[in-house]
Amino acid sequence: MSAPLHQLGVAELGRALRAKTVSSTELTQHLLARVAAAKDLGAFLHVDEDYALARAKDADARLARGEAGALIGVPLAHKDIFVTRDMPTTAGSRMLEGYLSPFDATVVDRLNAAGTVSLGKLNCDEFAMGSATENSAYFKALNPWDRTRVPGGSSGGSAVAVAAGLVPATTGTDTGGSIRQPASFSGITGIKPTYGVCSRYGMIAFASSLDQAGVMARSAEDCALLLSAMSGFDERDATSVQQPPQDFHARMLAAREGATAAQPLKGLRIGLPKEFFPAALSPDVNGAVRAGLAELEKLGATLVDVSLPRTELAIPVYYIIAPAEASSNLSRFDGVKFGHRAKDYSNLIDMYEKTRAEGFGAEVKRRIMIGSYVLSHGYYDAYYLQAQKLRRMIADDFQQAFQQCDLIAGPVAPTVAWKQGEGADDPVKVYLADIFTLPGSLAGLPGMSVPVGLGEGGMPVGLQLLGNYFQEGTLLHAAHALQQATDWHRLTPAGV
Amino acid sequence: MSKNSQLVRGYEVVIGLENHVQLSTVSKIFSGSSTAFGAAPNTQASAVDLALPGTLPVLNRGAVERAIRFGLAVGAKVAPLSIFARKNYFYPDLPKGYQISQYEIPVVQGGQIEFFVGDEKKVVKLTRAHLEEDAGKSLHEDYHGQSGIDLNRAGTPLLEIVSEPEMRSGAEAVEYARTLHALVMWLGICDGNMQEGSFRCDVNVSVRKPGEPFGTRREIKNLNSFRYLVDAVNYEVNWQIDQIEDGLEIQQATVLYNPDTGETRAMRTKEDAADYRYFPDPDLPPLMIGADWVERVRGEMPELPTVMAARFQQADGLPAYDATMMTQSLAMARFYEAAREACGAPKLVANWLMGEVSRRLNTEERSIEDAPVTPALLAALIQRIQDGTISNNSAKQVFDALWTGQGTDVDAIIEAKDLKQSNDTGELERILDEVLAANTKSVEEFRAGKEKAFNALVGQAMKATKGKANPAAVNELLKKKLGA
Amino acid sequence: MALTHDDVSRIAKLARLELSGDEQAALLPQLNGFFSIVEQMSAVDTSGVDPLYTPLSAVQEVALRLREDRVTETDQRALNQRSAPAVEDGLFLVPKVIE
Repeated sequence: MSAPLHQLGVAELGRALRAKTVSSTELTQHLLARVAAAKDLGAFLHVDEDYALARAKDADARLARGEAGALIGVPLAHKDIFVTRDMPTTAGSRMLEGYLSPFDATVVDRLNAAGTVSLGKLNCDEFAMGSATENSAYFKALNPWDRTRVPGGSSGGSAVAVAAGLVPATTGTDTGGSIRQPASFSGITGIKPTYGVCSRYGMIAFASSLDQAGVMARSAEDCALLLSAMSGFDERDATSVQQPPQDFHARMLAAREGATAAQPLKGLRIGLPKEFFPAALSPDVNGAVRAGLAELEKLGATLVDVSLPRTELAIPVYYIIAPAEASSNLSRFDGVKFGHRAKDYSNLIDMYEKTRAEGFGAEVKRRIMIGSYVLSHGYYDAYYLQAQKLRRMIADDFQQAFQQCDLIAGPVAPTVAWKQGEGADDPVKVYLADIFTLPGSLAGLPGMSVPVGLGEGGMPVGLQLLGNYFQEGTLLHAAHALQQATDWHRLTPAGV
Repeated sequence: MSKNSQLVRGYEVVIGLENHVQLSTVSKIFSGSSTAFGAAPNTQASAVDLALPGTLPVLNRGAVERAIRFGLAVGAKVAPLSIFARKNYFYPDLPKGYQISQYEIPVVQGGQIEFFVGDEKKVVKLTRAHLEEDAGKSLHEDYHGQSGIDLNRAGTPLLEIVSEPEMRSGAEAVEYARTLHALVMWLGICDGNMQEGSFRCDVNVSVRKPGEPFGTRREIKNLNSFRYLVDAVNYEVNWQIDQIEDGLEIQQATVLYNPDTGETRAMRTKEDAADYRYFPDPDLPPLMIGADWVERVRGEMPELPTVMAARFQQADGLPAYDATMMTQSLAMARFYEAAREACGAPKLVANWLMGEVSRRLNTEERSIEDAPVTPALLAALIQRIQDGTISNNSAKQVFDALWTGQGTDVDAIIEAKDLKQSNDTGELERILDEVLAANTKSVEEFRAGKEKAFNALVGQAMKATKGKANPAAVNELLKKKLGA
Repeated sequence: MALTHDDVSRIAKLARLELSGDEQAALLPQLNGFFSIVEQMSAVDTSGVDPLYTPLSAVQEVALRLREDRVTETDQRALNQRSAPAVEDGLFLVPKVIE
């Protein structure tokens, strides 16, 4: 083992742990020290060293007994959107400062059962609303590639923790791109599965028909290992797909029909929507994405031109539906049963108004206002209903495109990570940058971001891959093939 | 609709009812918490019920099944696809800040309820019935000037049943409500306990001059007694008429009835036009109810009270009123049928049930299920009347003994109390001859045309036979002897 | 479709958010800017299209899964109330609710 522990991925660490060349306790200690030294990056909202070491000890005992699960003893951390019994959950908000959930999110529960060791809770935009983790009520997260830039959002802390080598993998959530975009901005690999593949029970709800749990790590293989443990039917979530947990790792490795050693992706058709390559696309991003596509071609894939004509409409459609659902989901934060309550108020309504004004940040308030407005009497048909109809049309567009291809590819975002503070003056400008990730979210399709090199300012660029429903295997397989043939995913920021 | 639309001070009264029926499932509609009444505060409020962050609803099959049963019983359409929607508003007893209900597409559509007002049959159509969750409770006992919120009730399944505004008087409204109340208990979908809030009435009331469009309605909320319902409606109607006559407009409002003052009063929380911002709940895909499920429920349903009453009229020859009384509850109907089977005298069974049995049940505040006299015992008693062993009067004594637990065998009680009617006509003749001989004055008076004298002779005869003679036989024989 | 100050106050009331005069003033142009990008949506003809309330119903019939009527929860009051702002005798306390 020549490489430092924190540069190893989940798969490698799992092998080392099982071979007993390193213990979980040793590994955890090593990473906890790195976490403590990297506080300024703002990745973690909460770290619990005692808890982590206790879990590592349990994992070592399991390994000593000869258990061979791929994740036993592997350290990770959870986006602070997932409730946890043993650590506070804030959702990046003052509304939930110090909140202790009596139960674990299903996804956390399953990863715990698989033997992972959680070091703490990761920073995010408040209630997952944002694209830069600048909306966290606590502090910003900084991009380890350039600390003057944002890491992306809303799963910014999750991205930073992996990119900075603090943990090999993290959980994130993706509603409109919140895994794919920070993965792209931070040079790591991320996956958002098909809607319903991972349980939403215990994921603090932002937009219920869009939210999905996913993984951020340094390789497709690592994503596959975690996703396998996380996925599968949960009776506590009525939108959970009735499928057992899947072995995504096996699906990732399964050879395609007609594949050869040199051309593992032979026969794979990759669609390039012309709407994903507009004139406004930053040349550096375009260049890196094209380079990635060229590698896929070398591996045997065929590039096909397709069209997703309503791509631009995805922005207003998403920014009607998501805030509408959020405005309702956030009504439970009223100071009555849990969370923040204002100190001074004159009556019940005053208590509500002050509690919510104090507990929520500006972006959350903005979205609650938009959401309440578009659902309100007289506007429902023109806004919400219209948006849900367009949503079906967008989903249908994908089905049309998938007649001609197996995967859809393109950029994740129009630019590399922007400078801190640039989004503050014009929130709408930030919304527009979500244009490539929103359509896949609206349709509920699985998607990945894989690193394809560096762009302007030496900042990472991600290639987005979208699959048809339940095609996580195809996505992972293609990403894995790319990562076996290239080194972009191994690039790390200086000093990591 | 009503032929005699009873105008009040020249105004037509327009009434529609919304009833909230708590369904008799053991667990809540969207969580696995118990629905049992009376638990200590918040001990039956799970993470889902409290709307803790990350929780999600999962629908209880038992609630749907009960909704289907109701739909079939009222001849409604059971929607093959219906949608749950969020009704958004803030209130401390509403943990999520929204109620999961149904809005545009409810599970039950249409249907009707038939009932009698006096002897006039009415039919009121239903608009719809939908599933939704109940809210918690606010306890207004002072906690340093604060209210205490108990969320045990939050999440209890409700079926909200909405009638068309087809009722025209408080009397109709209360009969509709009583019939609906009896029906949901009959179907076994609700325990009907109004003190515990299992069956609640909201009454929409408006008035108009005949021929004019509907007036603005006010809603009287949360009436949990039929007596209050009538009083509240009557007060509200007169209040509205007073307003109109004074030249004032009726404002749409939600009002509460105060039984102590007998008045309705608009609730203080002004609504800001209550914009509920309904939208389909993204946590709950559409509810699909297939024809096979509906048919299975239909097959398992008890015979409906109106159908059963018709059967009693047809097959047993009961008058309509008796048949309706025998089908007031499923338990009563079962009692009636069992007793009738055992003794073959339907009218007598009905008489006893409507008379002695009901009287005692009401006085003792008991239900028929707890009656100390079983159908078999009642039947046995009736048989002894029918075969002449005892008279009706004696039967009442036997019944009393059975009811108060003095014995459980009809014949044994008859023996013990020496109530056997004498049917020995020879002996009877002899006694009557003695009576006539001993009461010559009455005989003369009777012969002189005084009818009352006959009764006196009957009285003497009964006395002489110690009440054991068959009264009909005494009458007949006396008449014969007197040559009348 | 431009929002007015009255709209902003009305919605804030509906959403139980106390917004200062400054906040309301800042919010208004942001909301209007947002709604201008939304306008392009209104022009699209969606007649005959069913709304997509849950994503997978784009490709398959998604029916609500039901659970059996059974009590599965026990009394977890202490645990569930550990983050409650104000509790007494097991009740959540709030400013008096006036009807």
